Amino acid sequence: MADLENLKKTPLLETHRKYGGKIIDFGGWALPVQFEGIIEEHKAVRNAAGLFDVSHMGEVRVVGPDALAYVDYLLTNDLSRIEDNQIIYSPMCYPDGGTVDDLLVYRVSGEEFLMVVNAANAAKDYQWIVDNADDFDVEITDESPDTAQMALQGPRAEDILATVADVDPAEIPFFRFRDGVDIGGEKALVSRTGYTGEDGFEIYCAPGVAPAVWETLMAAGKDMGLKPTGLGARDTLRFEACLPLYGQELGPDISPLEAKLNFAVKLDAGDFIGRDALVEAKEAGLAKRLVGFEMEDRGVPRTGYPIYDAEDNEVGHVSSGSYSPTLEKNIGLGFVPTDRIKWGTRLQIGVRNRKLNAVVTKIPFYKREG
Amino acid sequence: MYPEDLMYTENHEWIRVEGDVATVGISDYAQNELGDIVFVELPEVDEDFGQGDAMGVVESVKAVSDIYMPVGGTIVEANEDVLDAPDLVNSDPYGEGWLVKVRFSDESEMDSLMNAEDYQATLE
Repeated sequence: MADLENLKKTPLLETHRKYGGKIIDFGGWALPVQFEGIIEEHKAVRNAAGLFDVSHMGEVRVVGPDALAYVDYLLTNDLSRIEDNQIIYSPMCYPDGGTVDDLLVYRVSGEEFLMVVNAANAAKDYQWIVDNADDFDVEITDESPDTAQMALQGPRAEDILATVADVDPAEIPFFRFRDGVDIGGEKALVSRTGYTGEDGFEIYCAPGVAPAVWETLMAAGKDMGLKPTGLGARDTLRFEACLPLYGQELGPDISPLEAKLNFAVKLDAGDFIGRDALVEAKEAGLAKRLVGFEMEDRGVPRTGYPIYDAEDNEVGHVSSGSYSPTLEKNIGLGFVPTDRIKWGTRLQIGVRNRKLNAVVTKIPFYKREG
Repeated sequence: MYPEDLMYTENHEWIRVEGDVATVGISDYAQNELGDIVFVELPEVDEDFGQGDAMGVVESVKAVSDIYMPVGGTIVEANEDVLDAPDLVNSDPYGEGWLVKVRFSDESEMDSLMNAEDYQATLE
């Protein structure tokens, strides 16, 4: 058993124990890596629904007359594209184009935005957001300790939520949110977002009511195949959908262009931190780029394993790799020079003392129908 | 959960001795700790190993774990079935999920292994 004494705890820790969660040290947080088993949980989310505790995520609120201008300046995406109650995904860069974090921004109004950031980066991000605000009239608040978050994900998520919410979730389109939704008597903010490649919702509430909301949802989904799901399945799900994981597909040494996040980098929509460096890098040609590959030989690619070309030259490294429960294949993501990214390019993955054959394939590996 | 006719190592391998051949696998505790096993790598027949040598690898979705030789000897058979269906190690760790059979060279090496009761005590 992991020593959980010194770990940060979410308001759902006792609930996880009750459901048989296997609690591990997840970046300093006591969180369930699995309940029944990663593959079972993964399949539940692809075929029915899963409920995740993601209360470790960080929340930073930016409020003030300059809130829109400031958030737009911090982020690579174009914040003018979203309306109130809409959400946008964006990387946040350093001046050199490396990535501080990737996050979701919830626009409450033109003067109020909620930024939802990765747990491991929450303290760093908050500091970054505060440090760059000197020229803007904004107030910045770290709301992470006051916010619990759950993710209800999967094709049955809408049906499950519909039975217990006072708002018809069908009326919340993709990447929109509704605040003040009543879920079994407790108030929550509900957004149609997620990190699994499935339809679903993320539900934010006060820590004190999180166990009640969890139980309400579990009871509502009992006959619809809903399972409690851990962070192990969350990772395999996001990996199949090729949603980047900070520290693997993104980092201070990886620009969002290299990570293939061009859709969220608007170089022609006004200035932002890192823009000049990204423009320059794009013009000069990127040094490396994210690719997906499939193993041809038996073996599981893992984070950090070297990538070789067909002539045995080391050309990059694996950022994420796993057995894919949906595809039933061993697949990976990694960074290689841009002349090695074409589909069908032969690669070799260094697994222990051997070089195993792999081939560059189309990503995302998994995309839901419809 | 820990059959009494087997002997166990600190690394959670088990062996079953029949004549001068020992069948090797991983314990129920080990498969449960690893979670869903998705890949098994085993040595070739006729390869020689000393006691405690890494001879194979078991990978779950999240973890890579070496398998060590409970006793030294020569591999006489590797379980091809678990290469194709690694989840046999989860579902039947002492039966269909066995890993290799080894012709052992030094019976005295068995003295360092644990019986079921002692093994179970290390897990508590």
